[in-house]
Amino acid sequence: MNILEIRNLKVKVENKVILDDINLRLKDMESYILFGPNGSGKTTLINAIMGIPPYEIVSGKILFLGEDITRKSVDERSKLGISAGFQHPPEIMGVKLSDILKLCLGKESRDEFRDEEKRIVEAFQLTEFLNRDINVSFSGGERKRAEILQMIFLKPKFLLLDEPDSGVDVESLKLIANEIQRYVENTGSSALIITHKGDILEYIKSDHACVLLEKKSYCFADPKRIYETIKRSGYEECVNCQERVTEEW
Amino acid sequence: MTKKRELTSVPHKILQEAYEAGIDTSRENRSGTLFHVDQTTIYSKVNEFFRGQLELMDTKEALQRYPWLKDYRWNIVEKEKDEFTKKVAKDFSGGYFMRILPNAEVTLPLQSCLFITKGDFEQRVHNIIIAEEDSKAHIITGCVQHPATGASTHLGVSEIYVRKGAMLNFTMIHKWTKETLVRPRSAALIENGGTYVSNYICLRPVKDVQMYPVAFCNGEDSKASFNSILYGHKNSVLDVGSKAVLNGKGSKAEMITRAIAREDTRIIVRGMIEGNDSECKGHLECRGLIIDDESFIRSIPELIARKKGAEITHEAAVGKISEKEIVYLMTRRLSRDQAVSTIIRGFMDVAIMGLPKSLNEEIDQIADLVAEAN
Repeated sequence: MNILEIRNLKVKVENKVILDDINLRLKDMESYILFGPNGSGKTTLINAIMGIPPYEIVSGKILFLGEDITRKSVDERSKLGISAGFQHPPEIMGVKLSDILKLCLGKESRDEFRDEEKRIVEAFQLTEFLNRDINVSFSGGERKRAEILQMIFLKPKFLLLDEPDSGVDVESLKLIANEIQRYVENTGSSALIITHKGDILEYIKSDHACVLLEKKSYCFADPKRIYETIKRSGYEECVNCQERVTEEW
Repeated sequence: MTKKRELTSVPHKILQEAYEAGIDTSRENRSGTLFHVDQTTIYSKVNEFFRGQLELMDTKEALQRYPWLKDYRWNIVEKEKDEFTKKVAKDFSGGYFMRILPNAEVTLPLQSCLFITKGDFEQRVHNIIIAEEDSKAHIITGCVQHPATGASTHLGVSEIYVRKGAMLNFTMIHKWTKETLVRPRSAALIENGGTYVSNYICLRPVKDVQMYPVAFCNGEDSKASFNSILYGHKNSVLDVGSKAVLNGKGSKAEMITRAIAREDTRIIVRGMIEGNDSECKGHLECRGLIIDDESFIRSIPELIARKKGAEITHEAAVGKISEKEIVYLMTRRLSRDQAVSTIIRGFMDVAIMGLPKSLNEEIDQIADLVAEAN
């Protein structure tokens, strides 16, 4: 069963075509890595899957577990089991991290965390942040840890992660990558992860990666192989490459 | 009206309205209560447990009892400041006098209610608060006009003294009507190591309120904070500001205003911090949310530094509710309406100490109403 299927997707942002004729089939219980140079449309793709504006779907379809979600709202997609971690999450005054974590767990704000939930918050080193306004004066690593913790509390079937390894310290990277891997393994869920750095590949088990280039997806292969090539020759080489493969996984 | 002995003898319709302005009508959760209705103080009592720690009575009675009090009247608010102070100087009906005795730590809030029961009436009060050395107290004052009355005016002069090492948390809640004209004129004087926190909450429509309380931080390490929550709706006009004058060595001031405007409301938020000491620090923050095209929010921050070490900053933002914040919460399975009301609830939460339960409930209702309107 495909967790996510994208058919001939064409997406515009501010009247400019960003993605053109994207086709992806992501299977259940697998993690996928998405590479691509800056401005190649990686974040737009994740936004289009989650329903985060601004974007305009010109044509094509997005199916989640066989259901057409192309026109569904963000909260509807979230309720179906898709969860996105933001690269730059907003700061919200007066809304505490604990409030949001409780929302993710389906609790009321007056409800207490269970011991098991407290243990997970502590494992993410966020206990002392519970009473702070979400993301206000959080460091890069703290924001990322808070994002992943919220996602895990939502218990999604499919995780969308936009550069979870950017702007984080080594310790935080190890922590969040291990937690993502543990969650995906334990729950049989899937993930689509955007990355620039290969570091996260040390912790995330994935057999599938592709490169987003010039509005399309190419070279469906082993993540480490693709990453080594990019590291060796850069995206410049990918752009000029005559051997791009368009065949999917 | 004559002075009543028990709070239960205060008319029910007054208690009911006062409750919505933060007044606890059970009396058990308060260290003392004073009701000034129209032109008369009809009730004033200190809870037995707090006797010897604080004094509470009508200002006129206090002026008679304590000859020294005349030096505190028209001391930090100028009698000739404007037509409204002149009117109060000419004739006033009383007001509240509160004195927290030295070293007293008053653990329950002290409350007063200034109430207007009739139309075509001008209420003129003069209030004096003295927090003596090393005392600690929280005051809640609810100002109310009964909704089933016509046009009236409230003129209130308040002079507040925070002595050495004292801590005074003063919360003023306004619950006027679409026909009330309101002109409070307040000043506070803070001595060495004293802390004055002034909270102002206005969640109900008002015809026109204009106020610009000032805190003189004269003492070394004295501090003043002003927090305002303004929900302007139904053609209200709110011109609300605060000013801090940092004269004392190492004195500090902080001002936070959160304003929401809708339904043809005009809100002007003023703020001024004047730094006259080389080690003083001040920060002013104003955030406004405008919900429709008929309303108006104007923020006027002013910073003055007169010594080279003064550090005074401000940040201000007025505009719509952030779409990014709404969508972020929607990715956490909230509907758009739920996301907006969560943001509004957070926006209005400036961590006011001991905010009465009735006010928290009202803020929840406002958050839901704004979400619907948005």
